[in-house]
Amino acid sequence: MKYVNQPIRKKDAMALVTGKPVYTDDIAPKDCLVVKVLRSPHAHAEILEIKKDIAAKLPGIVCVLTYEDVPQKRFTMAGQTYPEPSPYDRLILDKRVRFVGDAVAIVAGETEKAVDQAMKVIKVKYDVLEPVLDFHEAKDNPILVHPEDNWQALCPVGADNKRNLCASGLEEHGDVDKVIAESDVVVENTYHTKAVQQTMMETFRTYTQMDTYGRLNIISSTQVPFHVRRILSNALDIPKSKIRVIKPRIGGGFGAKQTVVVEVYPAIVTLKTGRPAKIIYTREESLIASSPRHEMEIKVRIGANKDGHIRGIEVKTLSNTGAFGEHGPTTVGLSGHKSIPLYSKAEAFRFQYDVVYTNKMSAGAYRGYGATQGIFAVESAINELAVKLNMDPVALREMNLTREGDVMHAYYGETANSCTLDHCLERTAEMIGWKEKYPCRVMPDGKIRGVGIAMAMQGSGISSVDTGSVSIKINDDGFYALTIGASDMGTGCDTILSQMAADCLDCSVDDIIVYGVDTDVSPYDSGSYASSTTYVTGMATVKACQTLVDKMKAYGAEKLGCSVDDVEFDGEKVYSLKDGSSISRKDIGNAIMCAGENALFATEAHSSPVSPPPFMAGAVEVEVDPETGSVKLIDYAAVVDCGTVVNPNLARVQVEGGLVQGIGMALHENITYNEKGELAENSLMQYKIPTRMDMGKLRVEFDSSYEPTGPFGAKSIGEIVINTPAPAIAQAIYNATGLRFTELPITPEKSLWA
Amino acid sequence: MQITLKLNGKNVTAEVAPDMALLDFVRDQGCYSVKRGCETSNCGLCTVLMDGKPVLSCSTLAVRADGHEVVTMEGCQAEAEEFGAFLADQGAEQCGYCSPGFIMNVLAMCKEMENPTDDEIREYLSGNLCRCSGYEGQLRAIHAYMDYKKGAK
Repeated sequence: MKYVNQPIRKKDAMALVTGKPVYTDDIAPKDCLVVKVLRSPHAHAEILEIKKDIAAKLPGIVCVLTYEDVPQKRFTMAGQTYPEPSPYDRLILDKRVRFVGDAVAIVAGETEKAVDQAMKVIKVKYDVLEPVLDFHEAKDNPILVHPEDNWQALCPVGADNKRNLCASGLEEHGDVDKVIAESDVVVENTYHTKAVQQTMMETFRTYTQMDTYGRLNIISSTQVPFHVRRILSNALDIPKSKIRVIKPRIGGGFGAKQTVVVEVYPAIVTLKTGRPAKIIYTREESLIASSPRHEMEIKVRIGANKDGHIRGIEVKTLSNTGAFGEHGPTTVGLSGHKSIPLYSKAEAFRFQYDVVYTNKMSAGAYRGYGATQGIFAVESAINELAVKLNMDPVALREMNLTREGDVMHAYYGETANSCTLDHCLERTAEMIGWKEKYPCRVMPDGKIRGVGIAMAMQGSGISSVDTGSVSIKINDDGFYALTIGASDMGTGCDTILSQMAADCLDCSVDDIIVYGVDTDVSPYDSGSYASSTTYVTGMATVKACQTLVDKMKAYGAEKLGCSVDDVEFDGEKVYSLKDGSSISRKDIGNAIMCAGENALFATEAHSSPVSPPPFMAGAVEVEVDPETGSVKLIDYAAVVDCGTVVNPNLARVQVEGGLVQGIGMALHENITYNEKGELAENSLMQYKIPTRMDMGKLRVEFDSSYEPTGPFGAKSIGEIVINTPAPAIAQAIYNATGLRFTELPITPEKSLWA
Repeated sequence: MQITLKLNGKNVTAEVAPDMALLDFVRDQGCYSVKRGCETSNCGLCTVLMDGKPVLSCSTLAVRADGHEVVTMEGCQAEAEEFGAFLADQGAEQCGYCSPGFIMNVLAMCKEMENPTDDEIREYLSGNLCRCSGYEGQLRAIHAYMDYKKGAK
């Protein structure tokens, strides 16, 4: 491997670091109409009347749209493969508004000032209804978030809008009640995680225009261009063939842009007016009307023998999907599927869940996608079990953790064919100095340092669903063009897929140009989510390159006048094994463009029946100030098994970035609603993501297994990295103070009051 | 109101509204490296240099720049490329959206301080948020860049 496993620069890096205009708002036409959304001040209301005449007549206003102007076909904004598990519960604009910030009207005008002026003079008369704000009381509440009869669930996910249920279900293996009853020691607790925000630096944004062929073009900051095409076709009730979606550079996504949050608004304006239109969400809109993590309350019950052997695990999750069901039925699954199987030696498990509608902002996809919440709960419970057993939590984990070859019953019965979790745990403990530092040390200034540890897993794509396709062709002078449908959103997939292609084709990575994504041009890809790109689209890359090599060999053999069985390709030339005669790659590229009858173009798709989990361990040392309750991060050590590391730099930065997001979730990032359903944390002033002052040292190592079904042995890394900080930090604080926190974030106030 | 300023080395005279932010003004002038990430002066994405000092262009009125010299990344491409290469060699630019504001502040820091400690670096750059990198890779890039600059002297 010449390029795989090398820390090469991203192909777009220099454009980004020199500030080139490559993002959506940089390339939007100057004459775009400015589109804004008028929002509901009520958590739950029925619109009785909208007076828009004055607004529509203001100078510079081009259109004002209300619920009377949009198609009445419900759809979901969740960027998922059809048929989407998320219910079809949305209209572009609805007569009923379901959270503070829900869309009431769309206003488009020549300038931002004109639109702001128009928004002020639109008069809306509401019949204000009582909202459902407490997610504990949502199920079977007489107040329904979605009473409408055209609400529709396409998949059997246990949804029932007449019960405020977006999904529900139960899975089990063995008799968990019996096993736990027989256990010597049982721990039981309830954990609560908040609807934290992805907070990518580039807020949601899209511009739209009609093209030469009378088709609607959508240029959007999205992780899911092909899903955008389908969702807009549903929402606007126009054929998919009328829509083209292009993804430029993306200023971060972390799952936020796996929901089609803003695309519908400029799209309907362009469709109605024929004019280019753009919407740029403010930070406030990105915080109050977007697609954050699902708030979850997770009850965990674990039974173990006196010697520490875990016998049964039960997880009951209550998930709050908010006003709409985007990613509701699927995120909840991961809270059990990717927490319980860390301990696959347990004889029995049960995983039960309800996902409920409430009158709060809709949740969506955020890195970790339910696993983060589930792992906080299960790993915290394991730490409580260690205390009850009077065992070292590392030793307890060593005894029970999943090892290579184990069958993971709670993970669709898959076998862990590549797993170095045991090594990751051992090395992480060593890095943090577990033996010397556990449980805590009192420092000379009275502050207390405690250590904590946690393990995590995720998946690599959605098994038997996610599809990645890649096209590769040879051009004149022999350079290759790689066309992908996967969305590079800063993560570097344009580069790592090129690294793989370079090794498959035995050429320099500079001989490969890469392009993504344009739904008119790119081969189909589900999109960049579910930790799928490296594993799924990576394998499609390997297959496409192999097919192209075969075609070049056949072409070369024909030119050399010999059988294809008698030629080889060494990256530079196709040569005869018999007489050594050859034709260079350059000549092949040029030859197909003169009287050519062979395009030398390969497209391959890939999907996987399994989703091999990456594994990791993370350990933290924190310093607690008993006088103020403040918690300072001293050191975070993490060891990750993502299979083969395709690009060590990009993988390392994924880990570091994910850890810091996890630290934010554990200590700083809070979501609070008042009794009217208004969100307090609506700016970066109130919603505090970590700065570089808020983290200590981060140390990252890799301990790679080899995944036989992955490209070059690779699995995934994007999501797993956010999962360890919350449980590790909560445990470190417990070890320092004896205070057990089961709700995030653990703020200084909470520590002090406790 | 009419303002005259030096923007990236060129004299510019323009009519601006009294409440126009410098951020919107420089983007109107084609300086697309300057980004808006919030409305509360928290993120640092819009950092530009005014008379050599870093300012947040989102909370500086365009009229305040009248008679001053403003530099965006478009006006210091060579320096941006020089430091940016070290950032790229860590893969720490990731989505790149915060890179211009961050790099403008790094360049200002390197002019202001000879040998900053890690704590001084963190403090100087604390107003530059990044959600992708976790900041460690940015710090490695700054170390490598400063070592390189020392070696070049």
